[in-house]
Amino acid sequence: MPEPGRPTFNSRETLSVYLAAGLFVIVLPLLNLVPAEDSWLHLSDFRLNQFGKFLCFAILALGLDLIWGYCGVLSLGQGVFFGLGAYCMGMYLSLQIGSESVYGSELPDFMVWTQVKELPLFWYPFKSFWGGLLGALLVPMLVAAVFGVLSFRSRIKGVYFAILTQALAFAAWLVFNRNETRLGGTNGLTDFKQALGFRLTDPATQRGLYLLTVLALCAAYLLCRWIVASRAGQVLIAIRDSEQRVTFSGYTPWVYKLFVFVVAAGLAGLSGMLYVPQVGIITPAQIGVLPSLEVVIWVAVGGRGTLIGAVVGAVAVNYGRSVLTNSFPEAWPFILGGLFVVGVTLFPDGLVGILRKLFGRTPAADPASPPEAAPAAPRTGGPGA
Amino acid sequence: MNLAGIQKAILALVLCVFLPLGFDRQSALAVDEAVQVATVSLSPASPIDQALIEIQSDEAAVRSAAAAVLIERGDVELIPQLDAIRAGGDRAVRVAIKPVVDLLKNRANLRSDSPDVRRSAASDLGTAGRGEAIPFLKQAAEHEAVWWVKYTMEEAANLLELRAADPAVQLAAAQKLGELRSSNSVPLLHELIAAGQEAGATDPQRALAAAAGTAVAQIESWGWWANILETIFRGISLSSILLIMSLGLAIVFGLMGVINMAHGELMMVGAYATFVTQQAFVAWLSPEVFDWYFLVAFPVAFVAAAGAGWILEATVIRFLYGRLLETLLATWGVSLILMQAARVYFGDLTAVIAPQALRGGAQVMVGVYLPYNRLFIIVLSLLCVVGIYYLLFRSNLGLRVRAVTQNRNMSACLGIPTRKVDAYTFAFASGLAGIAGWALTMVGNVDPGLGQNYIVDSFMVVVTGGVGKLAGTIWASLGIGGLNKVIEPFTGAVYGKVFILVCVILFLQWRPSGLFAAKGRSADA
Repeated sequence: MPEPGRPTFNSRETLSVYLAAGLFVIVLPLLNLVPAEDSWLHLSDFRLNQFGKFLCFAILALGLDLIWGYCGVLSLGQGVFFGLGAYCMGMYLSLQIGSESVYGSELPDFMVWTQVKELPLFWYPFKSFWGGLLGALLVPMLVAAVFGVLSFRSRIKGVYFAILTQALAFAAWLVFNRNETRLGGTNGLTDFKQALGFRLTDPATQRGLYLLTVLALCAAYLLCRWIVASRAGQVLIAIRDSEQRVTFSGYTPWVYKLFVFVVAAGLAGLSGMLYVPQVGIITPAQIGVLPSLEVVIWVAVGGRGTLIGAVVGAVAVNYGRSVLTNSFPEAWPFILGGLFVVGVTLFPDGLVGILRKLFGRTPAADPASPPEAAPAAPRTGGPGA
Repeated sequence: MNLAGIQKAILALVLCVFLPLGFDRQSALAVDEAVQVATVSLSPASPIDQALIEIQSDEAAVRSAAAAVLIERGDVELIPQLDAIRAGGDRAVRVAIKPVVDLLKNRANLRSDSPDVRRSAASDLGTAGRGEAIPFLKQAAEHEAVWWVKYTMEEAANLLELRAADPAVQLAAAQKLGELRSSNSVPLLHELIAAGQEAGATDPQRALAAAAGTAVAQIESWGWWANILETIFRGISLSSILLIMSLGLAIVFGLMGVINMAHGELMMVGAYATFVTQQAFVAWLSPEVFDWYFLVAFPVAFVAAAGAGWILEATVIRFLYGRLLETLLATWGVSLILMQAARVYFGDLTAVIAPQALRGGAQVMVGVYLPYNRLFIIVLSLLCVVGIYYLLFRSNLGLRVRAVTQNRNMSACLGIPTRKVDAYTFAFASGLAGIAGWALTMVGNVDPGLGQNYIVDSFMVVVTGGVGKLAGTIWASLGIGGLNKVIEPFTGAVYGKVFILVCVILFLQWRPSGLFAAKGRSADA
């Protein structure tokens, strides 16, 4: 037994992570490339692109799992950080369209409609790829830092924080919908043509983006794992289980919370940045209250407090959605709502928790976790540990 | 068009220009005769019959003179005859008759029993711009009892006089309109000011422009104050909507430790219950009792929402007590399901017709109009606060609820059925949501997104007010609702919302647990 309180990753779980990574890095692209088009083994370009999208969402979910599952801070505004990342990359891509646009103007099309004659100043950094890349990572982190300092330092926590982040998501959605913010209003940014000279419509580019996403996801996973296993990670878990006790032990919880909130925002930005070139559009609809809440349900379904659970949840829920909205478009909100209710009341440990129970060998979850905090995930030890 | 036609048209034009002069002379006569109108029309008066024939003449001058006679001596009983002539006449005749008919109709309406009809007749006469109407308006104003109708009549008369040809009359009218604070007259007054500033303006024109300038200044400063009053009213109105919503939220949040994201959808249940009651009245009862549906809908909405809340508590929430964030997520799921269910079953466009008593509004002073439906919601929210106060702090049930909130185990030991108290409290808070939904049907459509419109705001109210304190909820809803409406004119609705969010965050810097925070051991539970 490892020392209690420190999350560990046993060899079986690590192995399954390697297997999953291998599946996504090697098998799926091979299935896309090698078998003939009409073979049952063939994975169409569309499907591969779709998996790329799901894996972007998995990065987003990882970030939320880090703050919610490990630190007990529920953020209902992850969609905002995702959107900021996506819009930064989208602005770069919009400027890359150049004179290929519908109106043949150097400006993005929506600016031509809305009678904007000159490129607004804040668009200039996004003329270069590095501007887009850095913006997509740094802008969400900066916003998260400001919001986080204001709320964590004054000890706004728990439900209060959740409600404030939800209001943030609502406000951001309202603002991005406006035309005068010069971000395309309700229509968002779309009709991208190329990035760094690669045509986005080319299947080879999309494959490249897919691989990039898988690699980014692996890197994000390793980063989160490293954070969680570090000493800081232990403090995070302690904050989740009893913030007061951490304070009285001489730590400053809000700094840890801020750190992990900013990291999560950065991951959300990364996810948005990879999402835009693959899906080809970003609109305010991706930012609002509901998209932000959906991230929470991915993590809850997968199993919070387990990094792999976030990835599993994001891919599973989104795959389910793409299948079900095709066949029963009206039923999806019922299923999503049902997932919230059933997932939270009956399966607080999510899919990963069920799997672990099925395959045994893990210490039972502590049922007597303190109220307010998320119930202790398996292997984290009880409050008395 | 032949030569004769052009001549006629020119003649008509010339006459039109000079006609108002002629009517000014006759106006004194008309005042006297208006009293006798009934007797005049009863007697076999030949002038009217004569005029009825002459108005069909080919000569524009004859038509105009006949119209003048008809307006002066005729009354509303002539309208069927005139309509008959109009139906059979050519274009020129129709054009000549139309203003006569309008004027006669509005003049008759000035003596209607309904103040609304009298007022709209006066306002029509004021905007139609026929000088003949001035004496009738003045006379009607003298006998008018309702001040707002009287005001409109005087305003209309002065508006017409402002267009008169005599500068002295115009000057008096401009001064009077300034005293009346008539915002309707501002465009006309501005025209007069512009005319006075032109290079070739005469002395009377300049004097008139000066008077008009004073009047405009008077009107605008009044409008500024009226605007402030209306803003305050709108703020209170929004606050009371937020309050009525947040009360239920605050009860379950503060007393039970449950974040109910489905609160908005329970409100939607109340609104749909009202809608269904209305449809039932339409389908099964006679139209005379239709307006009663709204009263009947009150208990229906309460019971429907309370029942839905009771089921929700029994099936989902009882498993989640003490786990705040989980209640938030689970109830959000419930809200998605309820919303989609409403969308599938009812569709997207349903509305409730307000009962007669809640339509329209009260004109409390010039420029300040208070719609009855908003007043109704304000009163209702006050009643709700009083009711909740008595229930929680003056009744036996309230005592138990507070006991369970303070110490669940001790209450159970003392024989309070805590599970039942939980269920009752949640059902009652849901019923409050139902009442909120019932009231909201008066100010908006009934649609599946009804709850979502206000839910974020009302959670902000609960957070700002602090948990479990009624006073906190009241002050916070007043603050957020009022601030919202005060800054909306400057920033627009969207940036207003953003501004409110920033304000709430900054406020929580100062008071992290809201206005009225729980103190002592339970503060950090």
